[in-house]
Amino acid sequence: MIRLTVLRLFLGLATLWAASVMIFAGTELLPGDLATAILQNSATPENVAELRKELGLDRPPLVRYAEWLGRAVQGNLGVSLSNQRDVVEELAPRLRNTLFLAALATLVAVPLAIGLGLLAAINQGSFFDRAVNLVTLLTISIPDYLVGYLLVKYFAVRLDWFPVLANVTPETPMGDRLWLTFLPTMTLVLVIVAHMMRMTRASVLSIMSSPYIEMAFLKGLSKTRVVIRHAFPNALAPIISVVALNLAYLVVGVVVVESVFVYPGLGQLMVDAVSKHDLPLVQACGLIFAGAFIVLNMIADIVGILSNPRLRNPR
Amino acid sequence: MRIFGHRPSWPAMIGLLIIAVFLIAAIAAPLLAPFPEADVVGDAWADADATYWMGLDNLGRDIFSRLLYGARMSIGLSLVITILSFTIGIITGFTAAIAKGWVDTLLSRLVDLILSMPTLIFAFVVLSVLGTDLPVLIVTLALLDSVKVFRLARALAMNIGALEYVEVAKVRGEGLWWIITREILPNAMAPLIAEFGLRFTFAFLFVAALSFLGLGVQPPAADWGSMVRDYRDVIALDLPAPLYPAGAIALLTIGVNFVVDWMLSIHARGFGERA
Repeated sequence: MIRLTVLRLFLGLATLWAASVMIFAGTELLPGDLATAILQNSATPENVAELRKELGLDRPPLVRYAEWLGRAVQGNLGVSLSNQRDVVEELAPRLRNTLFLAALATLVAVPLAIGLGLLAAINQGSFFDRAVNLVTLLTISIPDYLVGYLLVKYFAVRLDWFPVLANVTPETPMGDRLWLTFLPTMTLVLVIVAHMMRMTRASVLSIMSSPYIEMAFLKGLSKTRVVIRHAFPNALAPIISVVALNLAYLVVGVVVVESVFVYPGLGQLMVDAVSKHDLPLVQACGLIFAGAFIVLNMIADIVGILSNPRLRNPR
Repeated sequence: MRIFGHRPSWPAMIGLLIIAVFLIAAIAAPLLAPFPEADVVGDAWADADATYWMGLDNLGRDIFSRLLYGARMSIGLSLVITILSFTIGIITGFTAAIAKGWVDTLLSRLVDLILSMPTLIFAFVVLSVLGTDLPVLIVTLALLDSVKVFRLARALAMNIGALEYVEVAKVRGEGLWWIITREILPNAMAPLIAEFGLRFTFAFLFVAALSFLGLGVQPPAADWGSMVRDYRDVIALDLPAPLYPAGAIALLTIGVNFVVDWMLSIHARGFGERA
């Protein structure tokens, strides 16, 4: 089991490294030239050549990759092309905002999803089960921004309980911050709860057909007790891995939700950087998003390995 | 009505109906639209009435007409992306399954690598360099999407390739092309069609999300995603304008998902087992 875990850790690190190669290759080696992209209409051959020299683009890609990675590991992600500011300085407050939103959404979504999933599994086939099933199926098919705008329409405009825009600043006190980010959090929660809840229900139900569950029923235990004490602990491994995978989805879903509420997070920053062809910033944001995605996937796998008793004794 | 010898379930019927309506809207947009797409026909944000079914937009154009024309862009673009990704995915997937050895290993590891990164972030990186012209958008999304088709196509070809009738064809001395087109492809059809639906909704939602973020279809062309973006500000004025294109996106996705669910449920017996 330890061998497998270590192996998976190494695989995760290798994937991270490969992702850095792909992000670098994507921004540096693709046919579109960075210098031409920056200059756009004023791109005469002389201008382009000069800018290429200025940016160091005339040196071999491998050398530039090694330099870039070396600096990135030391926490130096370069300088933004559009406003000449240090990328790390630009990123840090945005990353904090995004992490705050993601953490809040996780805190609400995970207990809610597991609770609803268990309730649906206990009352399988009941009206509650079918209603939750239908609602989650709909929220899975609905794009994030429609969920967001519907919440805005009813809770911010009609009822005026929450603000339309979540424009927090570093000085915003905690209470206001929670109030401002309530609707973006709810949007993210609705989007990820559906999937997590369905998987929780499915994992519990698949375990409900095993012999030891039948035994528990034959002992005369109540259904609630069987589900919570006998089925749920055994369904925990798949549930934890689904939670981690959904959090990985959250990393990406946050980009759209931030845009809906004009929330100053990392996703908005990356979208702006992409439209401005600000490559150092795109690379840095890409590394952070890809890194979070890869690490969460790795955690999901490792939890799966650790919680599988069949892998505990080496053969 | 029967499809593949099965009667569609109720949700699947509704799904097919939604798809048919949207396809007709897309194809016949110039005939059905009461006004041309770019014409200013009244005051900005005029309310909906009998002439302007969904009201007018930020420039005074008819929202309903723009929605019909937007269907062409949204559905057309996603179909082109899906067809391209299928062509790439099936060719590479079947090649990997048949060639085996280092070709298979190389392609599979490459695919694992691409899948290990979030697709949206990957697309961002590419689009930041190449810009957001339509051909770039199509090829980028098709390539990213083909990775998932590759996995399915490879698995199908592996499973079906091990069945007796393929062995018989090999022994009979049929060539590779015959085996792929006459033995494997017809038996892989059902799961592939269901996958086509899934991949279509993926491409459709992806293009819409990119356009919504301002990185997809660029003005003056408009798809539903960019319409949501154009109309987003008036949500604060309690106007429903951005909800129409966003609702259209959701409705088509739900319709396709209903049909895909049903198709997967008929073929739940496993790939390649259909007589």
